[in-house]
Amino acid sequence: MDYIRAFAVGGLICVIGQILLDKTKLTSARILVLFVVAGCILGGIGVYDRLIDFAGAGAAVPLPGFGNLLARGVKEDIDTMGAMGILTGGLKAGAAGIAAAIVSAFFMAMVFRPKEK
Amino acid sequence: MNEETYDSMVKKASPDSPLLKDCIRAFAVGGLICMIGQMLTNFAVGYGFDERSAATFTSVVLIAAASLLTGLGLYSKIGKFAGAGSIVPITGFSNSVTSPAVEFKKEGYVLGLGAKIFIIAGPVILYGVLTSIIVGMVYYFAGR
Repeated sequence: MDYIRAFAVGGLICVIGQILLDKTKLTSARILVLFVVAGCILGGIGVYDRLIDFAGAGAAVPLPGFGNLLARGVKEDIDTMGAMGILTGGLKAGAAGIAAAIVSAFFMAMVFRPKEK
Repeated sequence: MNEETYDSMVKKASPDSPLLKDCIRAFAVGGLICMIGQMLTNFAVGYGFDERSAATFTSVVLIAAASLLTGLGLYSKIGKFAGAGSIVPITGFSNSVTSPAVEFKKEGYVLGLGAKIFIIAGPVILYGVLTSIIVGMVYYFAGR
């Protein structure tokens, strides 16, 4: 059952992106930005965590889930260390994803040559 | 590889194809990626990871897998079929980092690969972190 919910909710979030891609002048890079910012705001007001409770990876894996992670990290750091948490929480929460993307990208750049498009 | 070429690369996915077909494809592939994510999460929980670590594990595995597929030149093929279904999941973020890294290595390690690796992901991190700081200020001064 959790697989079906993950599929349905994750798929629907991607459909929102597809509609924006097809029906507006938004480029894919702008959609990435928009989704992370939206997830961060929805996380800030506490809505997105409820979607994750319902859909699991279906809400955590799409990019709004990354935005939500930043918002959650900021709140937690504020709770534990006060005002400085405003600055530390976001990047700290996103660190694993960003570091994983950097190290794997660097490794791939070592190994592979650009493909013909 | 700048924003325009990245975009045209993605747009080539669906030249003038009808919205419904695009949406079905995005739904199917995006949903599938999330379902794989759920499998990874359940797998990690089964091995005794707490919820937080399981989510991190899931992201890291998906990011590494998408990076490998990008290096092999397969992720852009998935993208041609799936459109937003391959852009919106965290795998699309990984693709947006690996793609310029591979592409710009020939321009050097510092000003090529180093400077351009975040050409797409940089704005995402910038505006994501800025938003998180605003969220944090609101939470600090008003929310608690």
